[in-house]
Amino acid sequence: MNYIAAIGKYFIMVGEVFKKPTKWRIMKSLILKEIDELIYGSMGIIIFIAFFIGGVVTIQTALNLNSPLIPKSLIGFATRQSVILEFAPTFTSIIMAGKVGSYITSSIGTMKVTEQIDALEVMGVNSLNYLVFPKIIAMLLYPFAVAVAMYVGIFGGWIAGAFGGYAPSGEFIKGLQLDFIPFHITYSFIKTLVFAFVIATVPSFHGFYMKGGALEVGKASTTAFVWTSVVIIILNYIITQLLLG
Amino acid sequence: MIEVENIHKSFGDAHILKGISTTFEQGKTNLVIGQSGSGKTVFLKSLLGLFEPEQGKICYNGEYYWDLTTAEQRDLRQQMGMVFQGSALFDSMTVEENVMFPMDMFTKQSKGEMQDRVDFVLERVNLIDAHKKFPAEISGGMQKRVAIARAIVMNPKYLFCDEPNSGLDPKTAILIDNLIQEITKEYNITTVINTHDMNSVMEIGEKIIFLKNGYKEWEGSNKEIFKTDNGAVTDFVYSSELFKKVRQMYIEERN
Repeated sequence: MNYIAAIGKYFIMVGEVFKKPTKWRIMKSLILKEIDELIYGSMGIIIFIAFFIGGVVTIQTALNLNSPLIPKSLIGFATRQSVILEFAPTFTSIIMAGKVGSYITSSIGTMKVTEQIDALEVMGVNSLNYLVFPKIIAMLLYPFAVAVAMYVGIFGGWIAGAFGGYAPSGEFIKGLQLDFIPFHITYSFIKTLVFAFVIATVPSFHGFYMKGGALEVGKASTTAFVWTSVVIIILNYIITQLLLG
Repeated sequence: MIEVENIHKSFGDAHILKGISTTFEQGKTNLVIGQSGSGKTVFLKSLLGLFEPEQGKICYNGEYYWDLTTAEQRDLRQQMGMVFQGSALFDSMTVEENVMFPMDMFTKQSKGEMQDRVDFVLERVNLIDAHKKFPAEISGGMQKRVAIARAIVMNPKYLFCDEPNSGLDPKTAILIDNLIQEITKEYNITTVINTHDMNSVMEIGEKIIFLKNGYKEWEGSNKEIFKTDNGAVTDFVYSSELFKKVRQMYIEERN
């Protein structure tokens, strides 16, 4: 029953985020700040993880395709498909749920504990719009980060394949170009946008409605990460079934 | 003027405010006192419109807050200034930006006009060289001054302070009390202060209401509080050795 109440409260919160907008001049600077914090600030870890995940996918695929009858180009094909369909959008989103999600929960939670949110409300500011809306807009750039992750992941796979001796460069690139379906990129960006909304709002919900002190801020961050990940995984299944099933 | 009429507020099974009625007059420093857990903060947050009472009315110059439309409530909120117990300054903003924030949000003034007003209120609270500092870089007393500056920057009709002296040394606490009283008189504001600091009661308590277990136990001025025979009030007022001695001296003097 508590979960149902929390889900209802979440959707009410989302509705409130879009009411009574903050002055555009102020909102613009908040959005730019959040883009810097949430997207630009995460590019390093996204690139690092994508590169090595791409490499690992290539090595594992190569080690499992040891029949001489299977062309080496399939290693490139499998890497491309794995990275584009799953690793870049979903795996990166789980990482972002941890990095960005805990930042969002702890920053909003700290504002709650120190009565800064009450201060906004007393002034007549829609605190949800002021705090959460810029994060949602900033996260609209998240597909750009995932596109970079796709590119770097495949590049990492090529490096591992070509320089590790698992797949010749030409064969790998031939595999990358094999049976390419452009809709897979569309599918990937659609789910990335949905995940972006989840990453911006679920941690905000846990920060905004937390009760207690500093210890509870930490607990709320952990809970937010768990629930953001759970929601991403469930939505990943639903979107995949709807768009590719 | 704020008129409070028989307000009740509960959270789940906990009945916090039990039929409080009083009036807070314009141009006076009104104090709400009582022990921790007596309902002071819930009462203040109800006055601010952050909590909606289940029963009773709170009227601001004749306007009942919860009968107003959302836009009217927002307009009324802009006439309120609040000094929170922990100052509640925005960590990511400088002192200047904190004070400018309400003007930036709700007025169409130019940057220059806002800057002039910020300089004026910061000077009014005796903060001259802290404009560019962040809240974490200034002392607790200075943070309180910034919070007061932010609360008065929009020329509010109502000023609410939740334990403005908590965590401050006695000398700074008196300075803050005097500053709030001066501002109240100067701008003819209705000021309501939550406190359990007896120095504040003595210094600036023009009207005091004493809460106990969610009820209004006593109401009067700082002159009357030391003469009352109400047991709950005397227990609270004379809980410290210093005030016990003050009372003893008063009784000896009278006899």
